[in-house]
Amino acid sequence: MIEIMDVHKSFGPLEVLKGINLTVEKGEVVSVIGGSGSGKSTLLTCINGLEPINSGRILVDGVEVHAKSTDLNKLRRKIGIVFQQFNAFPHLTVLENVTLAPRKVLRMSKAEAEEIAVTQLTHVGLADKLAVYPGRLSGGQQQRMSIARALAMSPAYMLFDEVTSALDPQLVGEVLDTLKLLADDGMTMICVTHEMTFARDVSDRVAFFHKGILAEIAPPDQFFTAPQHPEAQAFLSNVR
Amino acid sequence: MFDTAMTLNDLLFLMKGAGMTLAVTFFAVIGGTALGLLFGVIRAQLNPWAVLPLTFVLDVFRSVPLLIQLVLANAFQSIAGLQLPPFATSCIVLALYTSAYCTEIVRGAIDAVPSVTRRAARSLGLTWGQDMRFVVFPMALRVALPSWIGLTLGVMKDSALVLWLGLIELLRSGQILVTRLQEPMFILLVVGAIYFLMSFPIARLGGQLEKRWREND
Repeated sequence: MIEIMDVHKSFGPLEVLKGINLTVEKGEVVSVIGGSGSGKSTLLTCINGLEPINSGRILVDGVEVHAKSTDLNKLRRKIGIVFQQFNAFPHLTVLENVTLAPRKVLRMSKAEAEEIAVTQLTHVGLADKLAVYPGRLSGGQQQRMSIARALAMSPAYMLFDEVTSALDPQLVGEVLDTLKLLADDGMTMICVTHEMTFARDVSDRVAFFHKGILAEIAPPDQFFTAPQHPEAQAFLSNVR
Repeated sequence: MFDTAMTLNDLLFLMKGAGMTLAVTFFAVIGGTALGLLFGVIRAQLNPWAVLPLTFVLDVFRSVPLLIQLVLANAFQSIAGLQLPPFATSCIVLALYTSAYCTEIVRGAIDAVPSVTRRAARSLGLTWGQDMRFVVFPMALRVALPSWIGLTLGVMKDSALVLWLGLIELLRSGQILVTRLQEPMFILLVVGAIYFLMSFPIARLGGQLEKRWREND
């Protein structure tokens, strides 16, 4: 369970999160939508401790992320994150990209790590690209590789930060299909996304962010048919 | 025109000088690279204000002519009673000089690694050290290599200045032969050719590595 309690976060004078409260249960898929600059992506990087917070608490399975005593490297093993920008390790093959963390962080043997990597890469449809360097992959393939790389750590939670935003339109589908597969497998996911169809079809709840505030959160049926918050209404009429 | 008084023994004498040039260059580049790595990581990772003294000292090493550094260092070590042989003094000064340039190469190469790639590495649970070792350094190496090869070749040529501390390296050997044989053109041609033969493999090695890495992109 991820518990976000009254989290405030500023970059210099700019307050990007203004007291966020959100609880994500095990097995739940929450889509986070909202305009740019609304703090959606920042929230994700706060959840796995890549960004410090100014006040409030974030608990992952009861462990406080920003407590000084928390071993972030250990905590991050169970929180996978995939970013909007491609971030493959360009000097490693696809297989090596995926085996790096299991081998160095979980201290698996090469054979063990490769077995897991091949399983995950097959899962995302890259079984034929094991020996290829990321520079030769399409954007969609790179994003799927990043997903497999995160999954190889057997995380309990997956955070997706606009993973399709940098992709050509024809490549978006293949990545969303991968996310759907994951959701069907029961993975707990928080997806920051601009894909309304995805948010509607896959998520259990949709969270609408506006200017650093969680303005509305509701099941997708309710949110997309009858949004309560005026900003949510305006946002939906714009994206439709 | 092709008559020369230069003998095989003279050529061996030049080779000995070349050996000295290689030795000084080797220690300067090894020492300078090790220090440059350390300082470069510090410069790239720490607050610029915190490392201002280091930056200043390195700027001094980059700005003051190497010849002055060599002569002053030699004078100071003798005043301080360190009794360092000229070879050691030369290697130390050249290593510091090299490190000042190498620091900037390393810092630039580390800065060239996209922050999102490093975030991805850390988000997988890699520690700072593992991120550095398995992600940042291999990626930075590809950026740094051409400049580092250039630095190494530059240091090899700059190392000729150690002749002012009395070391008989390649250029000094050539001068000695010129004085004795009075054939400056021919001897300088030979000396230049030896410098080229020493530099060429290093330059080629760099080219080969770059080509191999490029094939992966």
